[in-house]
Amino acid sequence: MIEISNLVKHFGPRIALSGVNLSVETGEFVTLVGPNGAGKTTLLRILATLTRPTSGTVRLAGLDPARSGDSVRRRIGFLSHRTLLYEDLTAEQNLRFYARMYDLDQASPRIQNLLEWVGLAGRRYDLVGKLSRGMQQRLAVARAVLHRPRVLLLDEPYTGLDPQAARALTDLLTEPSNMKGSEAAPSNMKGSEAAPPSTKGSIDEGRTILMTTHNLERGLQVGRRVVVLVHGHIVYDERRDAIDPAMFSETYRTLTA
Amino acid sequence: MNFLRTVWAIVGKDVAAELHTREMINAMLVFSVLVLLVFSFALDLRGAAARAAAPGVLWATVAFAGTLGLGRSLARERQTGCIDGLLLAPVERSAILLGKALGNLAFIAVVEGVLLPLLSALFGVPLLRPAMLLVTVLGTVGYAVVGTLLAAIAINTRAQEVMLPILLIPLAIPALIAAVRATGVLADGGALADVGGWIRLLVVYDLVIVAVSMLTFGFVVEE
Repeated sequence: MIEISNLVKHFGPRIALSGVNLSVETGEFVTLVGPNGAGKTTLLRILATLTRPTSGTVRLAGLDPARSGDSVRRRIGFLSHRTLLYEDLTAEQNLRFYARMYDLDQASPRIQNLLEWVGLAGRRYDLVGKLSRGMQQRLAVARAVLHRPRVLLLDEPYTGLDPQAARALTDLLTEPSNMKGSEAAPSNMKGSEAAPPSTKGSIDEGRTILMTTHNLERGLQVGRRVVVLVHGHIVYDERRDAIDPAMFSETYRTLTA
Repeated sequence: MNFLRTVWAIVGKDVAAELHTREMINAMLVFSVLVLLVFSFALDLRGAAARAAAPGVLWATVAFAGTLGLGRSLARERQTGCIDGLLLAPVERSAILLGKALGNLAFIAVVEGVLLPLLSALFGVPLLRPAMLLVTVLGTVGYAVVGTLLAAIAINTRAQEVMLPILLIPLAIPALIAAVRATGVLADGGALADVGGWIRLLVVYDLVIVAVSMLTFGFVVEE
């Protein structure tokens, strides 16, 4: 689904990525961990067509983002610690606006389902600026999957969330109905416990997920494969099943030292 | 997605957001009315002198009030990363620019709708005429479009509030001069035919600015 070859990105004299090679299969949930400034966000922004690479090639579902930007963007859902939501619009107005931007048919039932799915149906007429950070992030998840993207790019989506909101977000990301476009009503997220590690990792049925985080525990909890990026290089790439969580912190420290 | 539907979706979103808060339009209106009153009291002009000063006062006020609105409009997009949300959508970059510019144009037009009668009353000049409407629209279109483009550049700079007027005013000078001259002729009782040259200059300026802005917006907003 995602093929990255010799990807290089310079910001003036600063090198953000220097020759990244990465392949992500359809349905995989890959967590990309690394210290601040490792190039994680830059990599995701290039995949999301928000940043142009200096050199190298990127293919998403076989498409080149530089040449087929619109087709790639239709296949991408992007979620970051910034919600990309308008605080001066209501929750429903935000989703309706993005539905128009993605030219969605039958937007109303889709929006209704998503608001129920993220537990915000009762707050649909509230301005986003009046919602709590956790609620805003849940609404951001609804925005990210509104157009049923095949690929989800998650850039530090847990930043700023309290433990309860973080658990709710984990449930959303590992909720199988997510993959079906959230037509099915999910379990109540607010009171749910943390999802079991890796077993539901791919939130599957075809959706591919690449998530950046500097939280190792979280990365191991939700991902099926862990990639470590340091100074613009991939220095570690392993399946979650083959990783001993107790040892991984030490491994990570060594890699990032 | 249909180009025009994208444009109207963005205009509708900006208008809806503004209707919830009225932050931007209130700031622009209060600022422009205060500037007009200050000019009126400070200059205390009558007759020919008032007619000579009114066009400059009008367009200087529009330019500065417009800058306030343009800065706020793009700052709203940056606030929670919404500009990324727009750029992630499978729509043409130029449609995003036009949508934002039309929204800004609408807000500046509201300010002009208040300014024109107030200026006519305070300075005693006959500006409430159809020909003045044409000059106002043409003088504002290019300003709003290039202002939106430059505001998109300015939001990525450290001194964004200062940067926008520094970038915008020099580029808007041709339109401002033409608009001031045409307004001056109309304030003196001239007809539309008397300002044909200035109108043509405004039309050419608007066409060039809109074309260049649409072509360059994608490069401006992508990293």
